[in-house]
Amino acid sequence: MRKLALNDEILLKIEKPARYIGNEVNSVMKDPEKVSIRFAMCFPDVYEIGMSHLGIQILYDMFNRRDDVWCERVYSPWTDLDQIMREQKIPLFALESQDPIKDFDFLGITIQYEMCYTNILQVLDLSGIPMQAADRTWDDPIVIGGGPCTYNPEPLAEFFDLFYMGEGETVYDELLNVYKENKKRGGTRKEFLEMAAEIEGIYVPAFYDVTYKEDGTIESFRPNNPHAKEKIKKQVVMDMTGATYPEKPVVPFIKATQDRVVLEIQRGCIRGCRFCQAGMLYRPTREKDVEVLKEYAYKMLKSTGHEEISLSSLSSSDYSHLRELVTFLIDEFKSQGINISLPSLRIDAFSLDVMGQVQDIRKSSLTFAPEAGSQRMRNVINKGLTVEDIIGGAGQAFDGGWNKVKLYFMLGLPTETEEDMRAIPELADQIARRYYEIPKEQRNGKCQITTSTSFFIPKPFTPFQWARMYTNEEYISRAAIVKHAFNEQLNRKSLKYHWHDAEVTVLEGVFARGDRKTSEVIKEAYRLGCLYDSWSDQFDNDKWMQAFENTGIDIAFYNLRERPLDEVFPWDFIDIGVTKEFLKQEWNHAMNAEVTPNCRMKCSGCGVAKWKGGVCIESKN
Amino acid sequence: MKVRIKFRKYGVMRFIGHLDVMRYFQKAIRRAEIPIAFTTGYSPHMIMSFAQPLGVGVTSDGEYFDIEITKPISSENAVAQLNAVMVEGIEVISFREISSDKKASGMTIVAAADYKVTFPETFRHAEEIRVLPESWKGKVESFMAQPEIVVLKKTKRSEKEVDIKPMIYKMAALDDGIYLYLATGSEQNLKPDLVAEAFLKFAGEDPEETPVHIHRIDVYAKNPDAEEGKTEFISLDGLGKDIL
Repeated sequence: MRKLALNDEILLKIEKPARYIGNEVNSVMKDPEKVSIRFAMCFPDVYEIGMSHLGIQILYDMFNRRDDVWCERVYSPWTDLDQIMREQKIPLFALESQDPIKDFDFLGITIQYEMCYTNILQVLDLSGIPMQAADRTWDDPIVIGGGPCTYNPEPLAEFFDLFYMGEGETVYDELLNVYKENKKRGGTRKEFLEMAAEIEGIYVPAFYDVTYKEDGTIESFRPNNPHAKEKIKKQVVMDMTGATYPEKPVVPFIKATQDRVVLEIQRGCIRGCRFCQAGMLYRPTREKDVEVLKEYAYKMLKSTGHEEISLSSLSSSDYSHLRELVTFLIDEFKSQGINISLPSLRIDAFSLDVMGQVQDIRKSSLTFAPEAGSQRMRNVINKGLTVEDIIGGAGQAFDGGWNKVKLYFMLGLPTETEEDMRAIPELADQIARRYYEIPKEQRNGKCQITTSTSFFIPKPFTPFQWARMYTNEEYISRAAIVKHAFNEQLNRKSLKYHWHDAEVTVLEGVFARGDRKTSEVIKEAYRLGCLYDSWSDQFDNDKWMQAFENTGIDIAFYNLRERPLDEVFPWDFIDIGVTKEFLKQEWNHAMNAEVTPNCRMKCSGCGVAKWKGGVCIESKN
Repeated sequence: MKVRIKFRKYGVMRFIGHLDVMRYFQKAIRRAEIPIAFTTGYSPHMIMSFAQPLGVGVTSDGEYFDIEITKPISSENAVAQLNAVMVEGIEVISFREISSDKKASGMTIVAAADYKVTFPETFRHAEEIRVLPESWKGKVESFMAQPEIVVLKKTKRSEKEVDIKPMIYKMAALDDGIYLYLATGSEQNLKPDLVAEAFLKFAGEDPEETPVHIHRIDVYAKNPDAEEGKTEFISLDGLGKDIL
């Protein structure tokens, strides 16, 4: 029987012991004596969140296909166990072997959102690994980061030995081989980092020096080691269909957020919304072959026993074989009691038809993400959705029996005026009006239009990376304007309005575009006890404000300046394929409220066509 | 066809709660391709009912659930198919047809269960069991010789004093623990931890300071074929027959 890292007394005292015992269906056990590399893969949040992440499932499967590697999982212990581990000095362990993380060769951390940064420090701290990469020796694992937040890794630079820029399927094999080679000949840790720095897509933060101007902006960012490259190129998989994919994903005992088979149908998005980082990072759009997806659906349902299957992509409606795939899934699996969960589809006759087949119309709601209330604002953000599209789609749905609609918007977008804010409730009201056009005896009671707004955060590598943000107070006053305008609408009784907190927005803003100096705030916040900051019941803004004060880091410098076009950004050394010239051009178009067509309509020359794949060559086949 | 499945729960799986074990079997039945029947309606779900939930930390050699299948499958094949998709810590023991007669099916028939209570050295490891102290052995007999055994039974809403003695069908000292045979089910239900607590107090021990591990041996129904006026128990899988 497996020996657990935690004793019975602890396991029976804490919430959900299943988070820490491993042993799940499809988890991989190996003999530690028979592998040369032990890899701990971490999602720095609680188990149920981490287990829902597709990227880790892909890499876990890919690593474990190698006989010489054993990849295991580790997540953030919840606060109850965190406290016990500190009191009893129990080192953080991996779920499969239950061995301490400190004894591993690698600790890989996926960095999906800014508000997990203190949890990264928790994982290092509980593992007994020095927080600063500079203090580590061969007694410590190589700490490597990946995921969307690594496109500005600088706030975390000093905590990581390496960052992997881009899609994990490409150069990990090479990196692991280099590690083995170096280990075999007894090379130093630094020698390994130098070898790693030679691999395309691998960034070694210690090998770069940053100097700052008097105003606090970056003066220069240069390699200090001959092995380090000037530019780090994003890694991208060009053969999506042939790329490795887990046929046997791990099935948790407790209900994870994503408790279903996930089929990734494509990567990238043709739309080019100017606020959207994923839309730029994952270019070009690359589809998976529909026949291969059908096979995966069979195999994954069989190997997991899940009762639900879902499609994953940034914009499923743009997948060219969507109709064929969805029809297949319904025909093949619906009779077996398998639930087909559809990602947010563009509302049209087809999507309404399939939604009617797979969900209960009376209970389900339709989702629209116009992101901005006025047409002018939607042109600024390049969201190609018109009032006619929204009212038309909602109208068709209402005629088909739906009566619930969810709307998502952002506040604080560049060039936003009060008129743009007021346009949000006006649009919601227009939708309600369309509903009440249906004769009373034919409609299904009242309609319910729920509107949510979040605050816009400019992200690196988007056309809005130069944009300013606002203060907490300013955000709240914008939400108040919207709230007030909702109360003036004719159908106000059918309209609901929620807005997100602004405190977290301000912090996310700082770290999304922060430089190396901001790492001090993260360390100080962690020291003050901040943890699980993405959980509203755990988040403590006062402590964060204290951390800024204690470190002298000025939020206004990061959030309240519109940045000049010639400013050197902390992330400028990364080459994502999309050129800075293109982003500037898009920023200028935004200022003039000019729309840029999507990749299928017309190529706008963003730069990724150099990879000669995906949507960039579609029309040429 | 109605089928009763018996399984064992041991090792690290003792930390998986009842609801999660149900979820686990819903998925396992799909992986094993057991031809299970679904309810009709908008969102069909598996026809499946579990007997007597097991607390977190408790191990068992006799756990049960009933399902309905749409086409016959031999017991031997079904057990093999299920065990091929199990994790360590759950083992399917039998897969037997039960009569669709209400008296044999449904989990309301549960009437008793037996347990082995052991006393680990520390709270930390349930597996490291100590030998039953000699002085306790005699106390088991005198405990049961009391005219009544009154304990405070706590429910969500209230606390009340109950005489549990009539619900203890058998209690015996073993070399390494105590054997209990208790009334269980919807009519009368006595939890083994309550008996262990009462016994420890009786023996002059502090229940808060004494590590206890509970292992369920089996679950029983009243034997419908017993002689008139006689109560006889039969293990739940004893009510079924193997499908050939």
